[in-house]
Amino acid sequence: MTETLPATRAEYCVIACADAWRGNGEVLASPMGAIPSLGARLARRTFSPDLLLTDGEAVLVGPDGQTEGWLPYRQHLALVTGGKRHVMMGASQLDRFGNQNISCIGDWRRPDRQLLGVRGAPVNSVNHPVSYWVPRHSPRVFVAKVDMICGVGYDSAAAAGPSATRYHRIPRVVTDLAVLDFETPDRAMRLASVHPGVTVGQVRDATGFPLVLPDEVPHTREPTAVELRLIREVIDPEGRRDREVPAA
Amino acid sequence: MTDKTMTPDDVAARLRSGMTLGIGGWGSRRKPMALVRALLRSGVTDLTVISYGGPDVGLLAAAGRIRKLVAPFATLDSIPLEPHFRAARQRAAFELTEVDEAMFMWGLRAAAHRLPFLPVRAGIGSDVMRVNPGLRTVTSPYEDEETLVAMPALRMDAALVHVNRADRQGNGRYLGPDPYFDDLFCEAADTAYVSCEKLVDGFPATALQTLLVKRHTVTGVVETPYGAHFTSCVPDHGRDEAFQKLYATTPWPEFAERFLSGPDEKSYLSAVHAWREEQR
Repeated sequence: MTETLPATRAEYCVIACADAWRGNGEVLASPMGAIPSLGARLARRTFSPDLLLTDGEAVLVGPDGQTEGWLPYRQHLALVTGGKRHVMMGASQLDRFGNQNISCIGDWRRPDRQLLGVRGAPVNSVNHPVSYWVPRHSPRVFVAKVDMICGVGYDSAAAAGPSATRYHRIPRVVTDLAVLDFETPDRAMRLASVHPGVTVGQVRDATGFPLVLPDEVPHTREPTAVELRLIREVIDPEGRRDREVPAA
Repeated sequence: MTDKTMTPDDVAARLRSGMTLGIGGWGSRRKPMALVRALLRSGVTDLTVISYGGPDVGLLAAAGRIRKLVAPFATLDSIPLEPHFRAARQRAAFELTEVDEAMFMWGLRAAAHRLPFLPVRAGIGSDVMRVNPGLRTVTSPYEDEETLVAMPALRMDAALVHVNRADRQGNGRYLGPDPYFDDLFCEAADTAYVSCEKLVDGFPATALQTLLVKRHTVTGVVETPYGAHFTSCVPDHGRDEAFQKLYATTPWPEFAERFLSGPDEKSYLSAVHAWREEQR
């Protein structure tokens, strides 16, 4: 009886990612990374049945992979600007106000490490909700200042004016340790919950800037029995989640 | 009607150093690789390359042919980071105009529509504005008075694209799931060269919505089976993952000597075939 086994760290991460799309309605859930993908599919199968999902190429698919629509890149970019999307992107660097970098590390003119490039982060972040997924929470990722702003953070959007803030929102950041959000007066990053088995001190030590800490930090919620069964038997029987976030 | 068929090397012979060159496809998908290889055999250099970058960018960067790159990324898809692009960037080997994916698309559209720019809600608030100090904003003349980025037209001297089927006049058909932006590349360029997996004499009446590239935007047509190799060109062939891995892990001089030093595209395919035999 797999249901009797307690949830693993990776499973808490799947749950925390899935909850990002709760209440989103009929929008495209665009997950980057294994655990956000499992989370989006879990949300689609349970509490957010109207979500749209893609096969990672040009096809919109139902929960069992059946075709329900066509979304090639140019239509995908149009959908982005129309706002009917909530992406969960990765981040090589992320700062206190949610500025994200996936372009390069070091001086942009001659980087120490060239990464992907800005990709769609600038257009995503000023057009629809953008959450982030960080599989290894560390001070290398959570930095005081990102080297290149790709995804726009709250302070940068405010400085750029109304056309940047109009549709800008960063609902949450999920990591292997915790869930973070920006529900603070100045939109500084706050520790929203820690996954069971993680301490607040651990998260603080793994973060390269001061986090806003509520008086009491709750635990990330428990999966329901139905959710656990779906993750283990239907959505991820091969255990992709454990390869992205190994057992603590 | 004009027969526009030519060889990959005919195409390279029509390109000149210093040109602005658009390359179709996306990442490591349906790239006009046979035309890029012909370019590598030629002496053409000092290029401004406009691309949703994949190994086209990696190859040209490794060979030192790029003066300036306009791109939102360079990736091999199944291998996220393009190693030769990375290496070239880390030694500041070329100038980079790094723009967002949507800004790039609006640049293509502006060029295709003969507009100087198009307004886009992207870039603003990000460091795309910092690293491209030439980018300007535009204020809406209507009541909203929003400030948006004025993405300049990405007009090009020549475009290179690869499709599944084409006729001798330059009409091109794609059979995969995504058109990418290949028609826009052709419309945004003064000249455009289309390579195809297979030349055909006509198209079935049921093909209408897959007839992507129009002949009035095309200068030359090249039949090159496996012309997208090692990138994907579904359903004709998928990405050659084993070969892509070889490309990504072999030191550049060694790779270039073994696969790119022959006199034509046929010698490339023979070298790939010989390598594959060794793997059996």
